[in-house]
Amino acid sequence: MSELTVTRLTDRGMISLRGDLSDDALRSACTGLSGGDFPEAGHAIVSGDKGLLWMSPDEVLILLPQEEVGQALETLGSALAGSHHLAVDVSDARALFRLEGSGLRDTLQKLTPADLSPATFGPGRIRRTRLAQVAAALWMPGEGQVDLVCFRSVADYVQRLLEVAAEGGPVGFHPA
Amino acid sequence: MSTRLATGGRLIDRKRPVEFTFNGRRMRGFAGDTLASALLGAGQSLVGRSFKYHRPRGIVASGAEEPNALVNLGKGPRFEPNQRATTQELYAGLSATSQNHWPSLDFDVGAINAALSRFLPAGFYYKMFMHPRSFWKHVYEPFIRQSAGLGKAPKDADPDTYEHFYAHVDLLVVGGGIAGLQAALQAGRAGKRVLLVEQTAHWGGRAVTDGARIDGTSADEWVKSAVQALEHMENVTLRTRCMGAGVYDHGYVTAYERLTDHLSETEGPRHRLWRIRTEHTVVATGALERPLSFAGNDIPGVMLASAVRDYITDWAVSPGDRTVVVTNNDDAYRTALAIHEAGLQVAAIVDARPAPEGALVTRARELGLPVLTGKGIAKVKGGKQVEGVAICAQAGEGSVLQEIPCDCVAMSGGWSPVVHLWSHTGGKLIWDAERAFFRPDPDRPPLGADGGAAVTCIGAANGHLRTGEILSDAQAALERLSGEAGAVPAAEDPDEGAMLPVWMMPQGAKLELRRKMWLDYQNDVKVTDVQLAAQEGYESVEHTKRYTTLGMATDQGKLSNINGLATLAQALGEDIPQVGTTTFRPPYTPISMGSIAGEARGELFQPIRKTPIHDWHEAQGAYWEPVGHWRRPYCFPRQGESHEEAVAREVKNTRQGLGLLDASTLGKIIVKGPDAGRFMDMLYTNMMSTLKPGRCRYGLMCSENGFLSDDGVVARIDEETWLCHTTTGGADRIHAHMEEFLQTEWWDWKVYTANVTEQWAQIGVVGPKSRAVLEKLGGMDLSADTFKFMDWQDGTLGGFPVRVFRISFSGELSFEVATPAGQGRALWDALLEAGAEFGVMPYGTEALHIMRAEKGFIMIGDETDGTVIPQDLGLDWAISKKKDDYIGKRAQDRSHMTDPGRWKLVGLETTDGSVIPDGSYAVAEGTNANGQRNTQGRVTSTYHSPTLDRGIAMGLVLHGPDRMGEVIEFNKVDGTTVAAKIVSPVFFDPDGEKQNV
Repeated sequence: MSELTVTRLTDRGMISLRGDLSDDALRSACTGLSGGDFPEAGHAIVSGDKGLLWMSPDEVLILLPQEEVGQALETLGSALAGSHHLAVDVSDARALFRLEGSGLRDTLQKLTPADLSPATFGPGRIRRTRLAQVAAALWMPGEGQVDLVCFRSVADYVQRLLEVAAEGGPVGFHPA
Repeated sequence: MSTRLATGGRLIDRKRPVEFTFNGRRMRGFAGDTLASALLGAGQSLVGRSFKYHRPRGIVASGAEEPNALVNLGKGPRFEPNQRATTQELYAGLSATSQNHWPSLDFDVGAINAALSRFLPAGFYYKMFMHPRSFWKHVYEPFIRQSAGLGKAPKDADPDTYEHFYAHVDLLVVGGGIAGLQAALQAGRAGKRVLLVEQTAHWGGRAVTDGARIDGTSADEWVKSAVQALEHMENVTLRTRCMGAGVYDHGYVTAYERLTDHLSETEGPRHRLWRIRTEHTVVATGALERPLSFAGNDIPGVMLASAVRDYITDWAVSPGDRTVVVTNNDDAYRTALAIHEAGLQVAAIVDARPAPEGALVTRARELGLPVLTGKGIAKVKGGKQVEGVAICAQAGEGSVLQEIPCDCVAMSGGWSPVVHLWSHTGGKLIWDAERAFFRPDPDRPPLGADGGAAVTCIGAANGHLRTGEILSDAQAALERLSGEAGAVPAAEDPDEGAMLPVWMMPQGAKLELRRKMWLDYQNDVKVTDVQLAAQEGYESVEHTKRYTTLGMATDQGKLSNINGLATLAQALGEDIPQVGTTTFRPPYTPISMGSIAGEARGELFQPIRKTPIHDWHEAQGAYWEPVGHWRRPYCFPRQGESHEEAVAREVKNTRQGLGLLDASTLGKIIVKGPDAGRFMDMLYTNMMSTLKPGRCRYGLMCSENGFLSDDGVVARIDEETWLCHTTTGGADRIHAHMEEFLQTEWWDWKVYTANVTEQWAQIGVVGPKSRAVLEKLGGMDLSADTFKFMDWQDGTLGGFPVRVFRISFSGELSFEVATPAGQGRALWDALLEAGAEFGVMPYGTEALHIMRAEKGFIMIGDETDGTVIPQDLGLDWAISKKKDDYIGKRAQDRSHMTDPGRWKLVGLETTDGSVIPDGSYAVAEGTNANGQRNTQGRVTSTYHSPTLDRGIAMGLVLHGPDRMGEVIEFNKVDGTTVAAKIVSPVFFDPDGEKQNV
């Protein structure tokens, strides 16, 4: 058995922001909310319960405490007034899991075709991929930790997938 | 008679005896045995019956190529047929039974087929069972089904677990012989990320068994130190019991790891399917020895020469006391030497070559082993066991020169490189006439995405059969691939003479001999069958394969293919390369269905999407209906209630009091931007840009071909923002449809979309008491004057943040209340509690469907099927005449779309009040060109209406709207018809008084 714990985090707020990611106003509005830098393509800059996740060339996911979402949407609305963008609260649309322990990469690698080797996936990186049959995004807040989001409706499926993958034991492919 | 030798056996541990059973008999082997070596060690050489003639069959090979020794393995839910005894490692308690015989292995009734074999030639089934036609279904097929197939199918669910593993590497090396090890060493030292897989439990391949010498030491020592070096490289992963199964495009390769098949007590997954992405694949899969075609070559005791020495050297098993070695090459002399060294008798070495010479031949002669040159085996004597061989001149027709008693025949017809993985994605082969085999053509490799070779074969798989050549080939290939130089290990090889291609023994064999020469043991295909196919006009090897079934069994012709096509080439008078090979397809050997499924079984077979209220439904015992990947309650049956009764109760309660519907699954897509209005007008057939913020409008979406694709209520949120509701199944599809048009057609329009379906729990609060229950929760003004039909507003109800839509799909006063999904269950509970005094009941999708049908509302998927346009459904009112364009508009102007003869939507009332069967057609006079009854319409929705207490239906009928009051007939399953009157599709409350309150 891999020494792996799976915890569902329910207090995290998430805002999906689509817009021109090269726009200074958008970048500073985002970093103002997250308190960190703006991520490059394929990267996630996360600190504590705040962060910015690069999702696509015109989309970032803003992580923040759930109670701050309403205020953040207003802040974004006024900062980006007049510039084409879309900011929506997706906190309830997603389920967020935190995985901790040894054998994280091997366990997830049973479910995702994305390359999780340290060279391509480590703290600071994000992968949008699939876990078995459903979409998911993975990032590492730090070594030995993976956070992932999936759609809320399949949270039970994903939780069970992760448990079954961990029960299968280590594979010994990735470094522990 | 086979037996265990007193000493030796490099793979077995004599201190650890292992008990197992075969056909219920207790037997004993040793740790390290395969089932095959243990059976031979226990004196069991007869292991099964052949497929067609039920001939007694023994073990032929020692590895994955074994055609005969297929057994049923395990019991109960772990029962598995067609397992190869040669690749199954022995474990304590293993239980195997033989296959394809009745009533017993020793006495088999089906063997009568063998006596009839001259009447069962190639194509027999095709020729025989054609006529008379009706006999196929009633006589022939049941009989053939009864006798066809090898093992039996398992009956119970498999209790084991399986998993997938995705791996990305620079280099995948398939095969852990000396070539594969050398390749992995070179690539590993060059810093590549390497995965090396070996199908057996042991490294080193043939070199170790054959006692090759490398770098001045034994192959065994060399292999050990190579493996040790590789284990110390962090960039190299090694896997035994892991077979390279299939090579696919884009560097995708599957490997099949058997994790617990060798253990009695198992924990964890049984098999792991590796799904590998590799920059390059190195195939070091070695070579397989070919049988020789002589009469009686399938009698138990006739084995491949390499297998005979494997059993002696690796497992200390003697396949026989007196062995005749028959060969056309020097390599088989290694077997003779191994037999001799083990203290067993070499009765003769029968060499088809007139004057063999070479170091191994010389050595055999020096040891005094009798070598007969220019000779062949005319026939093997014996039934269930070899008793002797008759010797003839290879050049003749089979006149017997002498008979040699023996109990084992070790045959070698030469070797064939294992080119399967090279060929899976189109690597081509060339015929090597000198050594008589196909090998990879280096100029025509399988190509990768960059146009270069995706696969490289090395060593024996590349046609190099000698130790030194194998190592230098591996090294050279890897230096090309890695761009780094290294040293080639030095090897000592005895000189070998040339082999002589022998496709039939003797070369002029008479018919009675050819009739007993087996090419494909597993499918019982003989030399005469292939010759007959050629005689009957089969020229293509692919056709001959299917006509004769050559190479079509579970071993996929690993032993038979080359001999078979050489036989075909001779019969056709062509050269072997002109005839060519059949297609090599993955997997290399069969892999378990479980490994393909991986984790996708039982509760994880398919993701089930759950609404925030799903658990409540489940606790209430809801009867589920799958809708896409969602589960929605079809109805909520109470104790002792049928589904029909539950549905009727739910409809009546909603119409008379208060119903709740979990509508969370409805798609919700935000469309926003300066060009969003324009975009909405293109998406929908109606005008959406003029919708006022705070208002809702029902809309239709069509495909480019004009067909109705989806419908739903659109709400204008603000100046730049619309919220589109889609059908449950349409959410992802419509979102993708929007994105496709934004990204391909209107890429310069400033519009963003977001699928927020799962952000919201949405609850339909429906019925005369719906306003009362929401007012009881309190927090918003929902009075008829201020909150009109098709209004929406944000607010709070009972403390929940909500967005309320005053819309109705039932004809009742109705509100859809959306709240963030995380609070959905709490709002549902609050509504149930507040609604108790109003008689609240949840209702399911069937009540929803009935209520919408009573109102004549269409349902995507019922009234539409991809061939229906909005105009067919009388929805012209929802098609804007003012717009220049919308998706589907031009298509709807096509002549066929405007044809007045298109069937149109009407309501249907049976004259006797019954329910028209689902899928029923309205019959018309006469028959069509195919003699079928003409039709004039069809039913799209049909229900028993609890409200009206009669059958109601909607359907598409020729000129339907012009035929109000006319009675037409609909067919029923029993062949009769039911009369129905054409009426308006709005059966209930046509003036909308119930919702207008």
